[in-house]
Amino acid sequence: MTTSDSTPTGDGQPLVRALNVMKSFHGNEVLKGIDLDVERGQVVCLLGPSGSGKTTFLRCINQLESIDGGRIWVDGDLVGYRDDKGQLHHLNDKQVAAQRREIGMVFQRFNLFPHMTALENICEAPIQVRGVDRKKARERALDLLKQVGLGDKPAAYPAQLSGGQQQRVAIARALAMDPKLMLFDEPTSALDPELVGDVLKVMRDLADQGMTMIVVTHEMGFARDVADHVVFMDGGVVVEQGRPADVINNPQHERTRSFLKRMRTEDEEAAADAAAAAEG
Amino acid sequence: MTTPTTDDRPGLIDARPVPHPGRWVALAIIVILIAMMISSFVTNPRWDFAKAFEIMVQTPVLEGLVKGTIVGTIGAMVIGIIGGVLIAILRLSTNPVLRGVSFVYTWFFRGIPRLVLLAMIGSGIGFLYSKVDFGVPFGQQFASWLGLSQDFTFFTLNVNQFSSTLLAGIVGLGLSEAAYMAEIARAGILSVDKGQAEAAAALGMSRGKAMRRIVLPQAMRVIVPPTGNEAIAMVKDTSLLSAIPIITELFYQTSAIGNRTLLIMPAFVAATIWYLLIGSVMMVGQYFLEKRFGRGFGTKPTNKRFARPAGAGGA
Ligand SMILES: Nc1ncnc2c1ncn2[C@@H]1O[C@H](COP(=O)(O)OP(=O)(O)OP(=O)(O)O)[C@@H](O)[C@H]1O
Ligand SMILES: [Mg+2]
Repeated sequence: MTTSDSTPTGDGQPLVRALNVMKSFHGNEVLKGIDLDVERGQVVCLLGPSGSGKTTFLRCINQLESIDGGRIWVDGDLVGYRDDKGQLHHLNDKQVAAQRREIGMVFQRFNLFPHMTALENICEAPIQVRGVDRKKARERALDLLKQVGLGDKPAAYPAQLSGGQQQRVAIARALAMDPKLMLFDEPTSALDPELVGDVLKVMRDLADQGMTMIVVTHEMGFARDVADHVVFMDGGVVVEQGRPADVINNPQHERTRSFLKRMRTEDEEAAADAAAAAEG
Repeated sequence: MTTPTTDDRPGLIDARPVPHPGRWVALAIIVILIAMMISSFVTNPRWDFAKAFEIMVQTPVLEGLVKGTIVGTIGAMVIGIIGGVLIAILRLSTNPVLRGVSFVYTWFFRGIPRLVLLAMIGSGIGFLYSKVDFGVPFGQQFASWLGLSQDFTFFTLNVNQFSSTLLAGIVGLGLSEAAYMAEIARAGILSVDKGQAEAAAALGMSRGKAMRRIVLPQAMRVIVPPTGNEAIAMVKDTSLLSAIPIITELFYQTSAIGNRTLLIMPAFVAATIWYLLIGSVMMVGQYFLEKRFGRGFGTKPTNKRFARPAGAGGA
């Protein structure tokens, strides 16, 4: 697509730029002007208490929700609209779909297609959307399954896989479209604790390969080690953001501090539980 | 009661089952009833099963069975299922005009009895419009205003000829069935988790493709069982085709023979046996369809635990 001169992103500029993004549900203001830049190859972790609007913001980026105000650009393209000399026009369904296929999304509850095997789940979009040749799509899907550590499971249906395995298939499914950007919405919070590590490892590998990622997570360890940039949201606004070491170890705002403290207590409780279970 | 000491470790379980005397009583009653029925079949000459079997294989009966009943059912169900799914999709569309069209369709065709609908198609419509021209809307009116020789009619259907054919009957039953199938399909589509369509959309699939490839195949699991019901009901409703009137149909033919030969009961028995046979075959078909669309749902989903709700509110 063409980039108009007002476009704030492009080569050498952020892959994602959100400016003053606003969203309400039936008069309930959920996003109150979010600003966020994501550089190419960066991993950005979104932290924040329940109801702060993290999921909503991610869904706005790939247009599962429409925004009421502000603008989002991905790779230089205005998301959801065409800007004709200051007048916005809605994109049609086809153009929306074209924008979405450049963005991979991983859901909290996996949302694999239950009537298809792991391999079919991964092949589906490349074949149906990109028109990739069946044989090539299968080969690529097998490679991706290996990459997420499930090379032996191509024929398994989602119901035959553990939650952690399902989430890794879901990541492979998103990667099969060769997205520029990956969005993760609490990818490990529906998982039993012992399955979280496998999924986080796949995400770490992906980060190491240079994938641009926006990750909503409560895994502080992951945010601290993998993220280049951490954003703390509360009540629909970005309260504070910066390098993980600064935000997590030395938060400036009271709200960030109390949230992190609560997370830490829960982590310790979970660790204590695990230790108790191991002993018992 | 006293708890035994742990030194006395219990072994394998060998327990008597719970007694069910009621089952044995019921079984005895049923056996007696069946014996009485068989004895009446054998001793009452008016049942005359031999004649019933003869009637079953007479040429007009077989012709009626194949054309009116079997072809009629298949045709009406094909129209009904395709039409029903389309109407259900319209009903779930975001376009209020399409939603309205779908609602009115269902309201109308669900509201009128099939017998009345078929009688109307058979004689009423042909009386109102003896022929239907397919062309540019109001083309004939414009042409006569402007005095043109071309009246923009491309194709003419002779309604009087069409309205008494089996095809007209099939279309009538199919239109009526579509109204019921629409509700079944709608329930099926709504039964599929919203996350499925979202996952498809996030992969860049168009809405049509997501519906065809992702949502409908899963909805089929919910759609197939009641559709089997509908199909079996349709087999029986093909007997209404005689209202068109179409007489190449199983029940009309068997009862005609019964009336002519005064073998009234054997004729009914002949029809009953055919209907039961068709119904049985369809149940087998339904079993395989259910298996096909149950793919991936066979094993119980693994226990998904929704761990730790996010930060706030938690102590
Ligand atoms: N479709 C919707 N309709 C109405 N309200 C909604 C909808 N989706 C989200 N909300 C509201 O928006 C607010 C933010 O929700 P969101 O899911 O974005 O929060 P979150 O930060 O992801 O929380 P969590 O950590 O619990 O996932 C909540 O108050 C929620 O009730
Ligand atoms: Mg959320």
